[in-house]
Amino acid sequence: MATVIDLAFGQKGIIKDFSEHVLPIKLLELGCLPGNSVELVQIAPLKDPIYINLNGSHIAIRRSLAQLIELDIVEETQAP
Amino acid sequence: MSKNINVALIGNPNTGKTSVFNQLTGLKQKVGNYPGITVEKKEGICKLPRGVKAHILDLPGTYSLNTTSLDESLVVELLLNKNDKDYPDVAVVVTDVENLKRNLFLFTQIKDLKIPAILVINMADRMSRKGISLDIEAMEKQLDTKIALVSTRKGEGIDRIKELIADYRSLSTAPNLDASRISPDYFKNLQKAFPNEDPYKLWLVITQDVNFMPIEKRQIQDATSFFTKSKEELKKLQHRETVLRYQFINDTLKSTYKVDQMAAKGLRASIDKILTHKVFGYLIFFAILLLIFQTIFEWSSYPMDFIDEQFAAASEWIKNTLPPGLFTDLLAEGILAGIGGVVIFIPQIAFLFLFISLLEESGYMSRVVFLMDRLMRPFGLSGKSVVPLISGNACAIPAIMATRTIENWKERLITILVTPFTTCSARLPVYLILIALVIPEGSVLGLSYQALTLMLLYLLGFGMALFSAMVLDKILKIKSRSLFMVEMPTYRMPLIKNVGYTVLEKTKSFVFGAGKIILALSIVLWFLGSNGYSDDFQNAEEIVSERIANEGLSTYSKNYIQTNIDSYLEEVESEGLAPSAVRDSVRTLTADLTESAKAQEIASYKLEHSYIGQAGKAFEPIVKPLGYDWKIGIAVLTSFAAREVFVGTLATIYSVGSDEEETIQNRMAAELDESGKPLFNLATGVSLMLFYALAMQCMSTLAIVKRETNSWKWPMIQLGFMSVLAYVVALAAYQILA
Repeated sequence: MATVIDLAFGQKGIIKDFSEHVLPIKLLELGCLPGNSVELVQIAPLKDPIYINLNGSHIAIRRSLAQLIELDIVEETQAP
Repeated sequence: MSKNINVALIGNPNTGKTSVFNQLTGLKQKVGNYPGITVEKKEGICKLPRGVKAHILDLPGTYSLNTTSLDESLVVELLLNKNDKDYPDVAVVVTDVENLKRNLFLFTQIKDLKIPAILVINMADRMSRKGISLDIEAMEKQLDTKIALVSTRKGEGIDRIKELIADYRSLSTAPNLDASRISPDYFKNLQKAFPNEDPYKLWLVITQDVNFMPIEKRQIQDATSFFTKSKEELKKLQHRETVLRYQFINDTLKSTYKVDQMAAKGLRASIDKILTHKVFGYLIFFAILLLIFQTIFEWSSYPMDFIDEQFAAASEWIKNTLPPGLFTDLLAEGILAGIGGVVIFIPQIAFLFLFISLLEESGYMSRVVFLMDRLMRPFGLSGKSVVPLISGNACAIPAIMATRTIENWKERLITILVTPFTTCSARLPVYLILIALVIPEGSVLGLSYQALTLMLLYLLGFGMALFSAMVLDKILKIKSRSLFMVEMPTYRMPLIKNVGYTVLEKTKSFVFGAGKIILALSIVLWFLGSNGYSDDFQNAEEIVSERIANEGLSTYSKNYIQTNIDSYLEEVESEGLAPSAVRDSVRTLTADLTESAKAQEIASYKLEHSYIGQAGKAFEPIVKPLGYDWKIGIAVLTSFAAREVFVGTLATIYSVGSDEEETIQNRMAAELDESGKPLFNLATGVSLMLFYALAMQCMSTLAIVKRETNSWKWPMIQLGFMSVLAYVVALAAYQILA
């Protein structure tokens, strides 16, 4: 199962349905809901935390939390 | 008072809420703490059209009414408590046009509490660059509110906010979301049990762990026990609430908010790439730190010297003008010195907060947190502790004040407790004089031993801070429910006005918050140092005069006079003055020097027999194993006021009048122990340096810790823990080296 940490730089994923109790409500309120997109912006030099664009919000979260967000990776077919 | 409209300013962090506050209130604002907790309370008065006034309360930034920190709980507490004197007549919800979707989440929650709410869409100046277009009229209809499109940067739209506030009675109080949609059954039961209460308010009381209304909360728990849901079920409902809210927001924005994606690509990505780069990121951060320290040391030394001189002059003036007596002494040496001791910190606090607020305003601070988080984690800290800890290397006071940005209380407390270990600038004079005394000159691999020692002392301070953080993380059992999440805001040019307000605010809160305690302690220390109960103290002048009459001045004083005269002679030799003139001036000079030597010996004798001197002597058996005599003991005791006092006290006690470092250093080098060897040898010197590195000798820091933790418990624990540690380490060092 792919999660946020499997994304490559600049790659996007669409958040999958997840059971309610996994993620903190706080994250949901920032838009971490099924169907919304996550883009990996940066990874800190020591691999942690991870800097993402979650539904338009730019936030940094720790790897342990990012691992809980399951998603379908969108294959980029964008023209350069 | 009753005519004032109560306005609460609410919004997500990074929406420019503080700018809106500053523009609404101008300098008519005051910053304090909420009673009992250390959350900043900012309030101000705003003049509205038609002579009405509004009392504006700037609430802490929050993402939603779902609380995970003290700051956020406070917002919910206020909005749920109609009896609070600050309960808003109208809420002004500030949002950022670029993050409107997320920001509207909070807005809909406020609206559902049936508080009249005005929507402020800020940063309107960025719309064209970001390709954003809004249909304000349609949006007002959909959200059932009034909107003010504002650019605080350009100062546009503020009048519109004022008009809307003045007109708040015409705002609709209908909710955006029908709360019962979250769970029809559950809400029907709630409504049945509490027909007079608002269902959404009840829902928040049930789901939020806020500790303000224990009675009300218990009532609900009792009465609704038959349908109280489990935590998981509640969370499921909260999840549903979130989904419903976003559905509503998405529907609203679909027709009213347009972004041209091509224009939206900003500078952010390219700046981020450099500033969070694995090599350049750290290099830039350290370069910025260097710049900050350089300027703090360089710039603040001028105003600090100036303050020092002015207070010394004022004290001198008082002593010369007022009739001598206890009151004059109290004024000149107790009160004035105490106030001087507070004022002297202002330059460092102001400069540090100038930089900190520049970093915060520009958006860079979040990147520092991002870069450093992983490094701090093994010590139970997060990236948010980095800036306070590093600031401690200049001065622990502003560093501790800067911990307010750490939401997690446990992390904040640990940072506050360990910051005083870092090498603040007040330790420098002590280190420098001791290093010059006991560390031999010479070098290894091109690095001088003396420089290496200083560096080791800095590393020791920082290392000790991290190590104790790790220990405290294990020991302290504090439940903290905050999760690590940092918003990475868009880079922005800092608004000078906001920076100015922050600097002013922080300085004021130090002067008025901790100042009182520092002043009181200064007076106590002054009293103990300049009063004594013994006959020796009372008759110090006669005793010393008699001794000088019988035995002459001390060897040191004689040498001191001789050296001064020799250098004077050397000086005039080249000028070819008449021998008689030289003789005359030597005579006056000798008389002057003898007079001041006598005064110094009296001062020394008085200090020796003052309360503090007696304490120092009583203290001697305790500090003896560390290699100190009673004189050093007194210096250690008086440095409780501030570490740098060490040098000055030794100067008084050795009756060296001059403040010149070299004179004091020479005098210290000449001091012998009982066996006739130099007292300040390697073992004593190292023991003293370690003691100063680890001991909590700064009442100003204790005062600010008291203020920031809101109790005497933590500063006392800190004092005890650091003193014991300093003692043990200094003891071990001396015993091994001696």
